Amino acid sequence: MLDNIKILYHQGKQFIPNVTTAEVPGIFRGRPIISLEKVNEAELQELCPVNAISINPVSIDLGKCTFCGECAMRFPNKIRFTKDYKISTNERTSLIVKEGEDKLVEVNPEMVRKEIHKVFGRSLKLRQVSAAGDNSCEWELNAANNVQFDMGRFGIEFVASPRHADGIVITGPISENMAEPLQICYDAVPEPKIIVLVGTDAISGGITGNSPAVDRSFLNKYPIDLYIPGNPAHPLTIINGFLDLTRKRKSKK
Amino acid sequence: MNYIAIGNNSTIAISDIPEIVYDDFFKLNTELVANHPERHCVNYFGYNYGERIKLICCIADDNSHEIFVSSCLVSPTDTLKAFTSKLLCFEKFEREIHENFGIGFSGHPWLKPVRYSFNRNDKTKTIANYPFFKIESEELHEVGVGPIHAGVIEPGHFRFICNGEQILHLEIQLGYQHRGIEQLFIEKKRLLERTTLAESIAGDTVIGHTTAFSNIWESLCEFERTRDIDFSRTLALELERIAIHTGDLSAVCTDIAYQLGSSVFGRLRTPIINFMQEWGGNRLSKGFVRPGRNQFPFTPELGKRLALVLDAFERDFDEMNTELFKLPSALSRFERTGVVPSADILSIGAVGMAARMSKLNRDIRQSHPFGLYPELQHQPIIKHHGDVYSRVQIRKEEVKQSIGYVRKLIKNIPEPNTKPFKLKTPNPNSFTLSLVEGWRGEICHCAITDSKGELILYKIKDPSFHNWLALALAVRNNEISDFPICNKSFNLSYCGHDL
Ligand code: SF4
Repeated sequence: MLDNIKILYHQGKQFIPNVTTAEVPGIFRGRPIISLEKVNEAELQELCPVNAISINPVSIDLGKCTFCGECAMRFPNKIRFTKDYKISTNERTSLIVKEGEDKLVEVNPEMVRKEIHKVFGRSLKLRQVSAAGDNSCEWELNAANNVQFDMGRFGIEFVASPRHADGIVITGPISENMAEPLQICYDAVPEPKIIVLVGTDAISGGITGNSPAVDRSFLNKYPIDLYIPGNPAHPLTIINGFLDLTRKRKSKK
Repeated sequence: MNYIAIGNNSTIAISDIPEIVYDDFFKLNTELVANHPERHCVNYFGYNYGERIKLICCIADDNSHEIFVSSCLVSPTDTLKAFTSKLLCFEKFEREIHENFGIGFSGHPWLKPVRYSFNRNDKTKTIANYPFFKIESEELHEVGVGPIHAGVIEPGHFRFICNGEQILHLEIQLGYQHRGIEQLFIEKKRLLERTTLAESIAGDTVIGHTTAFSNIWESLCEFERTRDIDFSRTLALELERIAIHTGDLSAVCTDIAYQLGSSVFGRLRTPIINFMQEWGGNRLSKGFVRPGRNQFPFTPELGKRLALVLDAFERDFDEMNTELFKLPSALSRFERTGVVPSADILSIGAVGMAARMSKLNRDIRQSHPFGLYPELQHQPIIKHHGDVYSRVQIRKEEVKQSIGYVRKLIKNIPEPNTKPFKLKTPNPNSFTLSLVEGWRGEICHCAITDSKGELILYKIKDPSFHNWLALALAVRNNEISDFPICNKSFNLSYCGHDL
């Protein structure tokens, strides 16, 4: 027992005190900034492995981007990835970063469904469904709950049964073989319920999105309440995304 | 000679692989493996060859460091005498060939679907109707778990047959994670697309699988790797091993309700994966390994940082382990729980740490070394009891061993190669095989090109392909409450299996 206490003492404080302002170490590929510099746009567009880059104007879709950094390596004056990890939003179009803009990606309070705040308050109990996820976003969701990131302190938790959940968190591109289990799980969650997509694979299908083994029809049926991009999404992106969703209030008109 | 012996990562002409009649093919491969624990099948698969199917079987010999490759042309309507009728370790390979092409195998105990691939031969078989082993009994009962599990983990279906609290039988049905990755490797023609695919085979083994892909690709293109490339890949592979083993120690502690161990190991993983982000920009090493280049050269400054990270890590890691392994309540849950005897491990063809925990020395770093492993002179860590205790011990000791390797490597950091390079197109009509020892065990990728050098086959085998059966055997005669700890002590991949 004494040894246990000694170890506890050695650990000191592990949690990151302020998850909204913490800095990530070293290199990090967060929200990109695209300059107005003229480059060979066809070449730029062609190099991206997941067709995340569009031209006229040049833009990057963070819902498709794998954050591989290739575009920034080849065109460093055109594209630069900042360390801004707050890139979650409830508006699909907000994930598209255009050239010449340096705009934060955030939750639009006007689009938050009103039952979210009314019913859930500030806490969220979520059921996670990995639908052909490659276990990287699943990993980071677990990490968001560890002693360092400690998402639970904000009232955001994962629960074992859909019956106890306020919504589902999907990772992965949704394989044909997971389409039915996903639907059954969603149906078992009591109304009202939210859907959160975590990671590039869930948001756009990622590199396997156009595979015949993937069936994304589930996503056409329901509104999506939060997009958390990344490949995988960083725990700080995950936590800040949820906080943004639960804390933002619609303006009173 | 009715086979060709090749080395790890070597490219040969496809025509160099002897093509023999099935009776000889059967005899050759079963005789190579039977009574030779130093040999096992690293890959056995078929691909369309005109109207027919070409089967290619690859048997690795750990003593001679060679891989024996042979082939055979068969027809989809054939019923062949199953290798499995002699040796259980071929069971899944033959099931896969049956699922993909419809070829029959006589004497195979269960030709059940492996992953319900989208291009399977028989579409009337669907994932909701998997033919589970059934029992007729008044006393026994069945427990089904999944496909979606309670925690934040991937899906798979576990069907237990229990006598009260005791598990008599477990059948694991997979396939939910199938994304058609092997087919996408052929359809997506750009190298960066394929590398991105390799990164998503299993997101917890990014370095392992991208190294296998890059090594294959470079071999096909006759690219001579510079030392700094091998250095980065070897170093990163060992860091991946340290991170996941540590995370799995945390998961095992969670399952025995040892909160302190769970938190400490859980947070110890963080500095290692954060270091990967410092070095390459991604905690799980995506965007890191690229064929033909070393895009994140390891600098002396990074070396200093990593040395500090490891010093701090090791202190706490040792302290926590000392505590864990003298805790009677932990030991009583680990010891003699989830035992797979070495005879079973050998017969099912287990690889990696699942083999090493039960006396079987299988470690590609020693037997078919790649990267900088020849100079590290790797000595595998072998345990003997085949229980949770052995698996936990392996994790602990391999972490320590990997720390030693990393320290050794960063003493001598190679100069980054700054010369611009250009990868040629892959050699036409070729076959290449790459073996990598990831943290779970042996990863095997195979590639075949056509007359224009285009990929016509890309075959991936994650160690989980062999090792899921080890988990099913481990839980027999255990309490159902011990299932989670057995499961976590292996921590097998769903997506790596389902592809
Ligand atoms: S970083 Fe994103 S946009 Fe740039 S090449 Fe990679 S996937 Fe495409």
